[in-house]
Amino acid sequence: MNDVHNEKGTNKSLSLFFKSSFIVSAVIIVISSILLYFTFTFDIVPPILNRGIQPATFPKALLILIITLTLLTYFISLKKPWKSEKKLPNSFYITLLSFVVFITVSKFLDFFLGIALLSIIVSYFWGERRVTYLIMVSIIFPLIVFVFFETILGLRFPPGIITNLYYG
Amino acid sequence: MENLGLIFAPLFSYKLLIVLFFGTIFGLILGVLPGLGPTTGGALILPFTMTLDPLSAIVLLTAIYCAGTYGGAITAILINTPGTPAAAATCLDGYPLAQKGEAGRALGMATVSSVIGGIASVIVLIFFAPLLANLAYEFGQPEYFALAIFGLTMLASIGEGSPIKNLIAGAFGILISTVGKDFMTSIDRFTFGINELTEGIGFIPVVVGLFAISEMLTQSTLINQIFNRVALKAVKLPSIDDYKKTWKTIIRSSGIGSFIGVLPAEGGTVASLIGYAEAKRWSKKPEDFGKGSIEGIAGAEAANNAATGGAMVPTLALGIPGSATTAVILTGLIIHGVRPGPDLFREQPEFLYGIFGSMLIANILFFVLGFFGAKIFARITLVPNKLLWPMIFAVSVCGTYSLNQSIIDVWLMLLFGVIGFFMRRYGFSVVPVIIGLILGELVEGTLRQSLVIFDGNWLMFLQRPIALTFFVLSLIALSFPLIKRKK
Repeated sequence: MNDVHNEKGTNKSLSLFFKSSFIVSAVIIVISSILLYFTFTFDIVPPILNRGIQPATFPKALLILIITLTLLTYFISLKKPWKSEKKLPNSFYITLLSFVVFITVSKFLDFFLGIALLSIIVSYFWGERRVTYLIMVSIIFPLIVFVFFETILGLRFPPGIITNLYYG
Repeated sequence: MENLGLIFAPLFSYKLLIVLFFGTIFGLILGVLPGLGPTTGGALILPFTMTLDPLSAIVLLTAIYCAGTYGGAITAILINTPGTPAAAATCLDGYPLAQKGEAGRALGMATVSSVIGGIASVIVLIFFAPLLANLAYEFGQPEYFALAIFGLTMLASIGEGSPIKNLIAGAFGILISTVGKDFMTSIDRFTFGINELTEGIGFIPVVVGLFAISEMLTQSTLINQIFNRVALKAVKLPSIDDYKKTWKTIIRSSGIGSFIGVLPAEGGTVASLIGYAEAKRWSKKPEDFGKGSIEGIAGAEAANNAATGGAMVPTLALGIPGSATTAVILTGLIIHGVRPGPDLFREQPEFLYGIFGSMLIANILFFVLGFFGAKIFARITLVPNKLLWPMIFAVSVCGTYSLNQSIIDVWLMLLFGVIGFFMRRYGFSVVPVIIGLILGELVEGTLRQSLVIFDGNWLMFLQRPIALTFFVLSLIALSFPLIKRKK
């Protein structure tokens, strides 16, 4: 919590649009509005099948509630600013990028390979340099988990270049 | 009451005792590791429970819950980092006392007060849950709707952080539950043409994402953090003098924790903060708090463990989770085909009392394991994050994939991990999302069925006394933060 400071004191020079409360509120409202738009595309059931309310009514009400509460939060933040966190370090972005690598590799190449690649990227960029530990964390441990799930739970993992070798 | 004898049934089942033993050890490990905890651990273990019978599965999850809640104290005292959020208040006095060379005394008090709080709350559970279940026989659809709304408003008002942000998070959780085919009319909602979404978004990808993956992202921002570790020689039982100082605090905090646990909220986290604050308020030496007060440790630990049994009361009696971990336990019950509620008490008493008995045994087990094994469990924190989190990722991915064998579930898990990270970063608690997701179908279903009964007349909700009471309580709950702020 030491790295947390109050926006009021430090961000006076920043415009309103760069305040985290504005950005977060804007993101929530934009996404909610898009979803609200989609609720108008839901099928409408005839009155005979209608169970109390139309299927779109409940999500619509929820989204309007979210938008209203977000606006309320934002106006409160004008009086009582949110605490702003420190800038995110590179290790965060690398971890996030490793998720993208995992999704891409597991979709187009192999699920196991995706886990192994993510593990090695995360472990290496979080500071691990010892090769044996990198092998342990990226190959041996995922292999144990893989075999465990496959044998105990009878799980069949999605096909891929390595998984196909395992299944023969 | 004639079923009380069934409480001892787990003692005579070697299978349940083995499950309890491993559940307690696993719970302690999860509790000790900062960032994990019984909620994430329970969600990760859920797929494995499919290999067990329903009672063993729920016993495993409850053992993890009880031991995990206590395990957080070990890390809080030795490295000043709460293993679980519920142990945050324990840091305040636990670590300063450990720095004075009294880590064993601090852990001894944490262990004893946790066990007393835990056992007291199971007694509350045993006597209070059947009463609540009996009351629930009076509930129809409108009453359940009002009760679910009350649960969500309580979550907003007494949960951690901003009440409005908690409400937004709760509404977001309910919104997630609307994805997929509408269960009453089979109309697709928010499926965007993706076939896998027609069945809706599962509980496991959301929980694992919001807790485990978001924590992994949080840890990625803390890789240079250095923990100052206090050495532990052995855990010491509290002295007579310590008991004299703390017995009133332990009893008070056990009551507070059990009561807070019953309310749908963040269970142990809120309970420990209130337990700690009350211990300070009633103490003869409040100036010692924050400097290593033994009463502070007792107040926080008795309360957070007392919340475990309390949180199980609405979960089993009404099917409304009292905390994030009980939401996982509730999911476990549903996955195993057990529907919580009053009928469960009438039709399967041996199942319920088996859970009660197992929770009592789990409390005794973590006392023994904590007392003799705290030193070993503390060493688990030496596993560096750079090795630990990639391994947790592998288990999270395989665990999430395993339930439906769906790669979409894995991607959803990652998406919710990113959402959870930013929610926590900007002060939104993720717990209301989980509770909202669990309650979503109940809220919408009971609302729509009530409107069918009422022929679309909303005002008829107000003609049902129990429903009206819950609505009034909801209004009071919502106005509570405003009153608190004015004070």
